[in-house]
Amino acid sequence: MHTANDDTTDHDSAYSGLVDLDEHDQWAFGTSFDDPLAGVDTTLADGIDGADLATYCLMLGDDALICAQRLTQWCAHAPELEEEVALANIGLDLLGQARLLLARAAAADPSVVPALPVGSPVPAEDALAFFRDESDFRCLRLVELDNGDFACSVVRLLAFSAHRLALLARLRASRDPVLAAVAAKGVKEVTYHRDYAARWLITLAQGTDESRRRTTEAIALVWPYVAEMFDPHPVEKRLAAAEAAVDSSTVRPEFDAVMTEIFTAAGLPHPQAVAAARVGGRAGRDGIHTEALGFLLAEMQSVARAHPTGRW
Amino acid sequence: MTAVITGSASDLERARAVAATVTDPELPMLTLDDLGVLRSIEQDPNGVIVVAITPTYSGCPAMAAMRADLQRALSAAGFDSVEVRTTLTPPWSSDWISQSGRRKLSEHGIAPPGRAPRHRRGPVPLTLVPPTAVVQCPRCHSADTEQTSQFGATACKALHRCRSCGEPFDRIKEI
Repeated sequence: MHTANDDTTDHDSAYSGLVDLDEHDQWAFGTSFDDPLAGVDTTLADGIDGADLATYCLMLGDDALICAQRLTQWCAHAPELEEEVALANIGLDLLGQARLLLARAAAADPSVVPALPVGSPVPAEDALAFFRDESDFRCLRLVELDNGDFACSVVRLLAFSAHRLALLARLRASRDPVLAAVAAKGVKEVTYHRDYAARWLITLAQGTDESRRRTTEAIALVWPYVAEMFDPHPVEKRLAAAEAAVDSSTVRPEFDAVMTEIFTAAGLPHPQAVAAARVGGRAGRDGIHTEALGFLLAEMQSVARAHPTGRW
Repeated sequence: MTAVITGSASDLERARAVAATVTDPELPMLTLDDLGVLRSIEQDPNGVIVVAITPTYSGCPAMAAMRADLQRALSAAGFDSVEVRTTLTPPWSSDWISQSGRRKLSEHGIAPPGRAPRHRRGPVPLTLVPPTAVVQCPRCHSADTEQTSQFGATACKALHRCRSCGEPFDRIKEI
């Protein structure tokens, strides 16, 4: 739905943001055609395999994308306006990280990007988000689980953000300069996310009998999916050996130390859970997901898939 | 010896002056330069004006608008060949907001940020109790204020309330 416009566009009209002098500024699905990596050097460093790097960026990018989608599902449903704004903001940070990581995946190995009809203006990172099937998603199963109640979403966000912060802090030293840069920005953002979730966990655990009961139930629902976050995929191990990635098993001690601090403050026992079963040894990183992901993708992708050229 | 000002040097100076007037789409009282997102303006050997900007947050939705505004301003000033590049490193810090930017924020009812935390190496410490730095109300200047939420109307702001005048206000977060 590109609309011609003159070059006097400014920010005085609420409608001016919908179109712009360059038809590629914005499009019907609300994202911009601007390459998020415009001008960033995406050359591969020596010893880093492009296909492996793309897969690894899809893993971290899909974690952020699917978690962002779950967080934004709280819009108009959160218990308080401030919390709704907070959850949406956290989702926006993660969506930004996802966009950079998916764009990096496409630059590292263009063959991962789904083919679209000739003339489609969909940029690579959007093609990856909206036009891949469930089995091509590399996210952890933890991020795709249903939101459940507020306690459940808080517990999931706590586990995810503590894991991601520990990973990103180490990824700042990646030999891939784009990953290192995305990580350096992400650390600042996810620090806020983890603090937010940790404070809420303590508040809920120390609140009423009902909030404590729900928090305990939420931990029982989420914690079976925690072990998978620290189970390194072969691609991750190869890239870690090339000093481009972080072997996620190495961040478990930091994660556990942070959880001990939080659960002690909350007056809750440190969670113990039997890890959710893998399927033939495979899980989220291999494209094996819970049934929740299919429903999430149907909602997230249906409009883009119905209109792959962005026109109707 | 007097410096010889070449055509290109004065072009570059003029381009820098034009780019420095472009304002932020979400905080229009600030220029991109005040905000610290305008990182550099150079001229390449082919005469192209190359502008580098950096996002405040990874998900900043204003990047495309900033890019278009810079293109528009420079093109209106007669620069036909302009390239706006993204730079991701070093990551933006609220410490980069200029003194005049901080003053303009206060004048427009937004509390400027304090000093950003620095954790360059090793595990990031957990902060279970929100920091209690004194935030002055930008309206009545009372120090008796409270944070109502660490997340606000845009990614870069937190919500506060003044206990003296009762007004809510935004603060730019420290990152």
